[in-house]
Amino acid sequence: MLSIENITHSIDAWLNSAFNPTVALLLEYLIVGLFAISLFAILGLVLVLMERKVSAYMQVRLGPNRVGPGGSLQTVADTLKLAMKEGLTPDGADKFLFNLAPYVVIAVAMMILAPIAFAKGTQLWDLNIGVLYITAVSSLSVIGILMAGWASNNKYSLLGAMRSGAQIVSYELSAGLSVISIVVLTGSLRISDIIASQQDGWWLFKGHVPAFIAFIIFIIAITAETNRAPFDLAEAESELTAGFHTEYSGMKFALFFLAEYVNIFIVCGIAATLFLGGWMPLHIGHWTAFNHVMDYIPSSLWFLGKIFTLIFVIMWFRWTFPRLRIDQLLNLEWKYLLPISIVNLLLITLIAIEGWHF
Amino acid sequence: MGSASLIILLIAGVVFAAGGIAVARLLVKGTKNGQKGQAYECGIPTAGTPWNQFNVGYYLYALIFLIFDVELVFMYPWAVAVRKIGLAGLVEIMIFLFFLFMGLLYAHKKGALKWM
Repeated sequence: MLSIENITHSIDAWLNSAFNPTVALLLEYLIVGLFAISLFAILGLVLVLMERKVSAYMQVRLGPNRVGPGGSLQTVADTLKLAMKEGLTPDGADKFLFNLAPYVVIAVAMMILAPIAFAKGTQLWDLNIGVLYITAVSSLSVIGILMAGWASNNKYSLLGAMRSGAQIVSYELSAGLSVISIVVLTGSLRISDIIASQQDGWWLFKGHVPAFIAFIIFIIAITAETNRAPFDLAEAESELTAGFHTEYSGMKFALFFLAEYVNIFIVCGIAATLFLGGWMPLHIGHWTAFNHVMDYIPSSLWFLGKIFTLIFVIMWFRWTFPRLRIDQLLNLEWKYLLPISIVNLLLITLIAIEGWHF
Repeated sequence: MGSASLIILLIAGVVFAAGGIAVARLLVKGTKNGQKGQAYECGIPTAGTPWNQFNVGYYLYALIFLIFDVELVFMYPWAVAVRKIGLAGLVEIMIFLFFLFMGLLYAHKKGALKWM
């Protein structure tokens, strides 16, 4: 059967037979790098279009429909337009930090890709502390945001960055507790172990109600961590123009915009890995026939399907909930989500120890 | 693929960002005038610098976050081992979390969680 695992293996075998091992290894590195870059570019184009189409259909209009068939080339046109814009650096800005910030945000988003399993056997680095690595690296992106806001020499930017910082660090706690509850159930931090433990059903279904609560808290937390509505007050258009990237223009703005969407993809990937089995098809206990039918759908399609479903849900939030105020936002985390997720974690631990999960 | 993937991804990220900015720089012939470099605000000249005092609330939240984040890091090894330890592990983490929770209650009582 044609799968990504077989394709990578045959490319590896061909390169090793055609060149000497060192050159083959370097070529593989180059291929991986190019794949990562093109993944970013394609994700940016697809997700921005998806956002505009989803919001259009939620508001009973058509959205972009002029450029290309059904408006599908709209984001390509937008990117070209942004590439023709001048990238200004404001007069009083801290030039070094101002120009460094987009690099930090993009590089951090790129580095989270390392332990994510895109399909069966398709993982760059299956390190034994995969989940911890993801939590650690993803919390670095707030540094890029604070850098951008601080260096811009603009009050809107500074306020947006401060809000974003407070929001991201706060919601990291309940996201982390939800992640830990899955680690308790699996007993491993390795991504491949977590996926393998969901062979007979996803944790969302196997872990009773507490796992479901952990999933919902995780979704709320990642919506806040990616600065999405209803938690988008870091870039609340109506009060802060654009928050931390007010002063950015041209390609630097495009990089921030892209990083935002890629981050949504990545956090939804993590949610899919932890709670919905990653690339693992929908298996139900001992229903062998059903499981076999599900296995015919390729694992990469399962993973992408789960991710895009979650992304759709997050885009749906934007047109459903009004924006919160900063004090409401912090209250929600510190007075509700954090205590709930701590109690929930204890419940999950009890379930895991007593073996009550399916 | 191992730890080399981190370096590759880091390089890929920097190349991606630098490539985009470089292409834009090639395509664009910028103009220069005095108004262009000003901070974006309502249209009137900016008053004062943004680099001064701001709400202390952010600092308080950052402090409480620090306490709980260290707790979170401590809980990762616990989470891996707790199934082997059994109920004793659960009781121990409950005692640990109880003390931390008291800290959160103290902060709440002191008004650190109230936005001003």
